[in-house]
Amino acid sequence: MMTDYKKYVGAFEESFEVDEEQAVNLTYQSIEAWDSIGHMNLVASLEDNFDIMMDTDDIIDFDSFNKGIELLKKYDINIEK
Amino acid sequence: MNNFYDDIGIFGDRTAIITESREKITYSMLVSESDRIVADVESRRIAFIICDNTLEAITGYIACLRKRIVPILINYEVSKDLIVNLYEKYQPYYVYGDTQLLERLFDLSQFIKISQFRKYHFYKTDVKMEYKIHDELALLLTTSGSTGSPKLVRQSYKNIVSNTNAVVQYLNITEDDRAIMTLPMSYTYGLSIINSHLLQGACIIMNDFTLMNREFWQLLKDEEATTFGGVPYIYEILKKLRFERMDLPSLHYITQAGGKLSKELAQEFCAICKQKEIKLIVMYGQTEATARMSYLPWEKAEEKAGSMGIAIPGGAFELRDDNGNVIEAEDMVGELIYKGDNVTLGYAESYFDLNKGDERNGILFTGDMAKVDKDGFFYIVGRKKRFLKIFGNRVNLDEIEGLLKKEGYECICSGKDDEMKLYIVENNSENDIDNRIRNFIIGITHLPRSAFKILKISQIPRNEAGKILYSKLPD
Repeated sequence: MMTDYKKYVGAFEESFEVDEEQAVNLTYQSIEAWDSIGHMNLVASLEDNFDIMMDTDDIIDFDSFNKGIELLKKYDINIEK
Repeated sequence: MNNFYDDIGIFGDRTAIITESREKITYSMLVSESDRIVADVESRRIAFIICDNTLEAITGYIACLRKRIVPILINYEVSKDLIVNLYEKYQPYYVYGDTQLLERLFDLSQFIKISQFRKYHFYKTDVKMEYKIHDELALLLTTSGSTGSPKLVRQSYKNIVSNTNAVVQYLNITEDDRAIMTLPMSYTYGLSIINSHLLQGACIIMNDFTLMNREFWQLLKDEEATTFGGVPYIYEILKKLRFERMDLPSLHYITQAGGKLSKELAQEFCAICKQKEIKLIVMYGQTEATARMSYLPWEKAEEKAGSMGIAIPGGAFELRDDNGNVIEAEDMVGELIYKGDNVTLGYAESYFDLNKGDERNGILFTGDMAKVDKDGFFYIVGRKKRFLKIFGNRVNLDEIEGLLKKEGYECICSGKDDEMKLYIVENNSENDIDNRIRNFIIGITHLPRSAFKILKISQIPRNEAGKILYSKLPD
């Protein structure tokens, strides 16, 4: 079974065409692919992978790989490697 | 009709612009700074304005209009290669922009500094060539801003004044409106928002944040923005952000243009806006028509969802069939033709074209295929030429294919708005070709990676004459 961590990293890999090593260091607008449209794709992908609907504030606050892990706890998703 | 840019001083102490750092700039200040920076600049010369959405950039634009200097508005994100190409083609006497950026683009040691306004400087370039500029020419804008084509649209003073007045009239913009910028000012839709608010003595809230930044929403709330404009992808973002749940009491109306919303998204936003008592106004336009040609009155947004509406005040549409005959019947598809004072003079390919007069005589063949319903509302159904709107930017598919071919890639372009598909032949064994093609396209268009999909096909479908059959490409 796919772990939550894999699903989480997978959303980054899929949205920005990066590998895990790159993904963990990303912040919003740190790479060309993570712009407002990339962000929309990332959120869509996370919502699909975890079957959740994120709140507006969480979507806007989601500005790094690590911040996302923290925010997802609100949705009872605990991302651990 | 008066030239609003000459007369905006009458608004005196009213706030014209709220800057990124929340500073309030009055109309008097805007006028005095504008006139100061071009005091030693000659009229009837070309000036590049390399602009971002800042007070400095707007001031430079207004300064040029007031002094009858002809600006070419170029987005600061445009690549150096393209700007250098434009420089060679148009031989500008002046450049105005953020000094740090200008340093990367030009050899400033060859230029003479004329004036400064905060981060921006006005320079006289090393151009010595004398050429004549037509008296009516006011402004030059890029058509796509993306594929690197040096083709510019020639807009006259009459075009700008006429279109701005029409926009003010049908949107009913008042001096109490405060528009927050969501689009670049070098883009005709963004510029028309600036023009129409200045004409009424209203306020423009400068912003370079994206809708995904908390700062944008904070600015909108704090400064009580009454309106903003959006191209289709902005509406996709609003949907993702659950716009329906946001509490934005100052917002009175929002506009949509720069491409067609899908019918589902249009209906969804009609419902959301109705419930929130925000007027949604769908519009249609082109840089070739200065900015706007049609609007869908908000009262009809729901009933006529999917329609581009009716012609703006002072304009008129007709449809023509392949033989050039006017179509009178409803629901018959033909090319959309627009007539009005906002139809621009024509194109320019280089400075040789800047003394040309009006080549269109108020008639624009839009290249869009449309039909009209029994109540006179128009609907775009397709395009005559092959281009897509990618996040509001027009991208000509044949041009992209040509550029790829020049780079040695055999690649076919197709797709739909906001999703360009690039087809490559499967047996191409070049290493990492997908990424190289994608990087090349992103490099020239500066559009987001997610807009491009690479697909492999076994062979390019062609007819007997060798013509590519785009309809036979897989989805």
